[in-house]
Amino acid sequence: MHIPDGFLTTNVWASAWAISAGAVGVCLKKTTQILKDRMVPLMGIMSAFIFAAQMINFPVIGGTSGHLLGGVLAAVLLGPYAGAVVLTCVLIFQCLIFQDGGLLALGANILNMAIIGTLGGYVIFNVFHKIFGSAKGFIIGAAVASWFSVVVAASFCALELAISGLSPLRIVLQAMVGIHAIIGIGEALITVAVLSFIQKVRPDLIYGLIRNTERI
Amino acid sequence: MNRKEIIIGLIIALIVAFFLSPLASSLPDGLEKVAHDHDFIAKSEQGSILKSPIPDYSFPGIKNERMATAISALLGTLVIFGISCGLALLLKRRRN
Repeated sequence: MHIPDGFLTTNVWASAWAISAGAVGVCLKKTTQILKDRMVPLMGIMSAFIFAAQMINFPVIGGTSGHLLGGVLAAVLLGPYAGAVVLTCVLIFQCLIFQDGGLLALGANILNMAIIGTLGGYVIFNVFHKIFGSAKGFIIGAAVASWFSVVVAASFCALELAISGLSPLRIVLQAMVGIHAIIGIGEALITVAVLSFIQKVRPDLIYGLIRNTERI
Repeated sequence: MNRKEIIIGLIIALIVAFFLSPLASSLPDGLEKVAHDHDFIAKSEQGSILKSPIPDYSFPGIKNERMATAISALLGTLVIFGISCGLALLLKRRRN
């Protein structure tokens, strides 16, 4: 759902830029506070994996395709703030080098996917992780949160399109949520598969599994 | 993470990039489909205000389309790994 240039009106993309810049600033600061040596290569690998996986569009119904967003995957593995930083790096790189998403729309794309999708997704993960307990809650939380992260990001995208006057909110929201509710299933499957694998081989690397007291 | 684990992690990402990206579906994504169905796709056709070196992940100068995608994916994955590690190192240094 990388928004290209031309869709958003100036007031929308400029506001989104301002909000994203502030939010990314906070995420950078918070990441600096919790950053440990072991997180440095992990942030690199997570960006590499998410960049690669975002290129793999899988077909869904109705002649449409979707790909991994990776926000919840990054947030559960690295913590919400470093996760948002990783997603932001990927989005900036995709925009500048590959013209995937517009430059004016970059603020909106960061807001939808790196900030709302990733931080919001992590909040949902945390709720389910706490309700269902450690092992079960980890998988259920990751699945539900990754699905929601795609749907919520798509909803914000729809809101920005509607404010830009492209289509009435009810219509564009319904269309965006409808298709991304299906893409979100792919998101949940990939997120759970990757996190289960890491949980098996190196559970000590997963931020979402480390107890709060041990994080800092 | 030791050096071996870092290399294995990176290699997994590179394998996904190189071998799976040429197989990716070229159907429109969710937003493109919605834009098409609701008649505002044309608004994006003026193009970006930015001229990107590798538009649409197709590495210039390579005739085979799938290979051009695979090479873009491979190089992009390597470079973003470097950028993110570099940023993380920079943040760590700033704290110390």
